[in-house]
Amino acid sequence: MSRITLNKLGKSYGQVHVLKDIDLDIVDGELMVFVGPSGCGKSTLLRQIAGLDRPTSGEIRIDGRLVNNVPAADRGLAMVFQSYALYPHMSVRQNLAFGLENARLPRAEIDSRITEAARMLEIGQLLERRPGQLSGGQRQRVAIGRAIVRNPTAFLLDEPLSNLDAELRISTRAELAALHARLGTTMIYVTHDQVEAMTLAHRIVVLRGGQIEQIGAPLELYNKPANRFVAGFIGAPRMNFLECGADGNALVLPGGHTLNKAVPAKGKVTLGIRPQHVKLAANDMGTVPAEVTLVEALGSETVVHTMAAGNQPLLLTLEGQHKVTAGEKVHLKFDDDRLHLFDVEGLRLN
Amino acid sequence: MATVSQFLFRRRGGASWHWTDIFTWVWLIGGLILMFGPAVWLALSSFKTPAALAEFPPTLLPYVTQQATVEGYDKPLSLYTVTMEDGSTRTLAEIRRIGLVAQMIDPAAPKDIIKVDISKREPVRTVEFATSNYIQPFLAFDFTRYLWNSVFVTTMATLITLLVNSMAAFALSKYKFRGQPLIMMIILATLMVPLGVIMVPLYSIVSALGLVNSLWGVILPTVATPTGVFLLRQYMLTIPDELIEAARMDKASEWQIYWRIVLPLAAPALAVLGIFSVVWRWNDFLWPLIVLSRKELYTLQVGLNIYSGELNVQWHYILAMTVVTMIPVVLVFIFLQRFITTGIAGTGLK
Amino acid sequence: MNAQTPSSAASRLTGALLAPVRYLAGIIDLPLRGLQKVTGLTGMASFFLLPNMAIFTIFVLLPLIMNVIYSMTGGTAIFLDSRTFVGAEQYSRLLDCGSYLDSGTCAEDRFWIATSNTAWFVLLQVPLLLVVALVTALVLNRELKARSFWRAVFFFPVLLSPVVVGLIWRWILQRQGLLNLMLFETVGAQPHTWLTDRFWAFAAAIGVSIWAHVGFYALILLAGLQAIPKDIYEAAEMDGTRPSRVFWRITLPLLMPNLLVVLVLALIRAVQVFDEVYVLTGGGPGTSTMYLIQYIFETGFASQLRNPGLAAAASILMGLVLVVLTLVQLGISRTNERKGQR
Repeated sequence: MSRITLNKLGKSYGQVHVLKDIDLDIVDGELMVFVGPSGCGKSTLLRQIAGLDRPTSGEIRIDGRLVNNVPAADRGLAMVFQSYALYPHMSVRQNLAFGLENARLPRAEIDSRITEAARMLEIGQLLERRPGQLSGGQRQRVAIGRAIVRNPTAFLLDEPLSNLDAELRISTRAELAALHARLGTTMIYVTHDQVEAMTLAHRIVVLRGGQIEQIGAPLELYNKPANRFVAGFIGAPRMNFLECGADGNALVLPGGHTLNKAVPAKGKVTLGIRPQHVKLAANDMGTVPAEVTLVEALGSETVVHTMAAGNQPLLLTLEGQHKVTAGEKVHLKFDDDRLHLFDVEGLRLN
Repeated sequence: MATVSQFLFRRRGGASWHWTDIFTWVWLIGGLILMFGPAVWLALSSFKTPAALAEFPPTLLPYVTQQATVEGYDKPLSLYTVTMEDGSTRTLAEIRRIGLVAQMIDPAAPKDIIKVDISKREPVRTVEFATSNYIQPFLAFDFTRYLWNSVFVTTMATLITLLVNSMAAFALSKYKFRGQPLIMMIILATLMVPLGVIMVPLYSIVSALGLVNSLWGVILPTVATPTGVFLLRQYMLTIPDELIEAARMDKASEWQIYWRIVLPLAAPALAVLGIFSVVWRWNDFLWPLIVLSRKELYTLQVGLNIYSGELNVQWHYILAMTVVTMIPVVLVFIFLQRFITTGIAGTGLK
Repeated sequence: MNAQTPSSAASRLTGALLAPVRYLAGIIDLPLRGLQKVTGLTGMASFFLLPNMAIFTIFVLLPLIMNVIYSMTGGTAIFLDSRTFVGAEQYSRLLDCGSYLDSGTCAEDRFWIATSNTAWFVLLQVPLLLVVALVTALVLNRELKARSFWRAVFFFPVLLSPVVVGLIWRWILQRQGLLNLMLFETVGAQPHTWLTDRFWAFAAAIGVSIWAHVGFYALILLAGLQAIPKDIYEAAEMDGTRPSRVFWRITLPLLMPNLLVVLVLALIRAVQVFDEVYVLTGGGPGTSTMYLIQYIFETGFASQLRNPGLAAAASILMGLVLVVLTLVQLGISRTNERKGQR
């Protein structure tokens, strides 16, 4: 059982505010992902929850108990560090046992927990080795094992996959998801990789500059980003943004073309459209003329870089294979239902 | 021998000899003789009897003149090979020498005294190591005592140095607290405070503490070396903080973190400091000379210096004890030389 | 430096030796956990610092401060409370000279003899030492087989104690010593008692101190030489640079930071010359190899000349020189660091 509640949490170093007024409620059994660009405060936030740092203001509660002044060791949490932080001078078994010995658990209990974790993570044959003799993936498993044996009320994972190569990262990601499903323990997962966030999370917290930009389920963030930053951060390739004029019923694109669309604002707005939602069209009404600058044919899809009227770069991702070449003049059609509109401050309008 | 020289002198690419190559080998061979020669000469001399030491020109190896006990003479007589006037050689024993003439007898026929010109006789000698040079000082003098004092001072000082300095280095590398920069500054500033600058007041402090004429008076002032703190701190800075945080999450107390995580991981730096400390303390001279005035407390260095300064220098004992004093350092040199040289190259420590 | 897997016997032995220590450390963990509850995490830093700081304060910091007070008191008593305040009298006695070039005109002539001896020693020993160390480092930096052996050859005397060094050379330089033997064998020279000759004793002091320390400086310079990237030399070779030009225009400038560090270190050490020379010559013949530390030592502790205040004043004057040199060194290493970062 573990519900983690943050209330107006703030952290500052002198004049620098690293976290500002963070309100968050993580329910029991949830897999919550903190995502954001580097320096957004996501790791700092995790360290406050872990108890490795003390917040300057606000409250942290675990199952309703205020833990601001409870040392890290007594919060009942376990953490997987980015570098794994395995004790290099101890064998894998000693690494797993260290925390349990500190908690003065009986030897038999320690052994059975290690056996169980080793079985679950398939690291049984590695127990007598030192971390230096393990591969990156094996170290990562040991780091997770060290967290599991503690039977924590919640797992904190700080970019646990960032030191693995691309292939291993994908398979480990799936294993992590399976592990969470099996343990059912609350997990807080920090990453800068939005794909990781999308594939793993029940809910995602997008952070920027020490503030929460949006909290929501992965597809919620994809379909209805609350602001321009989230829109640009979630989804790949990145969403196209066009600075437009609006008069209530129509949008005036940079090149002077207009799109008929009800806009709940007047004056300057930003139109966002994902590359997947732009299509090539025959010369027709409601299209935007553009010139192809680069074609990346990936086989399953084709990424087309274009320069639309008004010197506006526009990216589109087409399914399958297409015969387009650089220099070609094309017409682009936007999927009307998938338009995102943001006001001057970057907040969502529709 | 040929293969050794081939190995040593082999040149890259087998190019012809340049003057710098010749210079290099002159310098190296000259260095070999000049650096090792004196110590080897001392070691060889230490096995000579007082009589052989007083000889000029001295011999390279320790020779002992053969003696024979002859009927009618109380003392054993020295044997000489004498070239007779007819060109034949005989082995004779010398009774006494008057001017350039020696009175000799044949041990087989001790009645007839033969007068021999001293240029016509050569002592009968064999190589023999005068081990009594080594045994006597330990039996008749206080050298056992001095050796024990030196061992005690070196061991205790090194153990305390390692413990106390590593604790301080841990505090200075893994905690952030007020006054830390100040302490670091003081340590840096006093890295170079030599004994010569503080010996007068230091003596008064040591005597106020009742430590004059106590081995602890030699040990304590040396153990809080800023150099050691600095060396260990620099090394501990390279131990990732995440390891310590992981240990905190594992319910380790700060003492356990120091003892079970940081100390084992700092072992290479501890080894370097330990070796240096052993050499420093073993070799210390001026401070023990000031603090210790009772004979039974002398360390080897002080004892050697006092004995070698006596009017009637017994060189055969002094040389042997010098060799004994050299032994630990030579052992360190042979087995740990690589450790020390990399230590010096990395830190500029001495 | 990776953790190696030591042979199992050795590791079992160290394990057995460490067992009681481990046990002790385990026992004191309990009270220390209690302490940690009171002090908090960061508070434990004070606990770890305390022993070192206490010893450091008592045996280094306190003497440093007390020295100033000593230098302003007179008498022969050891403890401050039975000493009389004399102000700057000790300093004016040290500095009271008719002519600074002639120690005979000084009130404290031994101090000036020691000072001028030390100055001459520094002026002669340091440049010689650096040249020998540099040549040695250059030689060792060549493509050598068994380089670590040759490096060890030159490094060997560094570890010897000053007493051993002094005695080794006293034995060689004595009347029936090796040097006289070799001179006798080669040029038939009559035995000479080198250490009772003012000139030769001074030369021996310089030579022996170089012999004892050159390996240390050569080692630092060698590390500097090996840090110079090989491709720079290859580029110079491609440019057809003459070897002598490579030395003057590439090696020497790139080694300059190390050379400066070594220079200041050698200066600092040379100012404090004492141990091995004291054992070698006892400061003699007469006062011809008596240096500052020996003067301070004898003035502070030798019974017939005892004047701790005067010794303290002299040590402070010497300390000032060392402070200046140390500041120069810190400045140099800071500039080096900044250059390294760029």
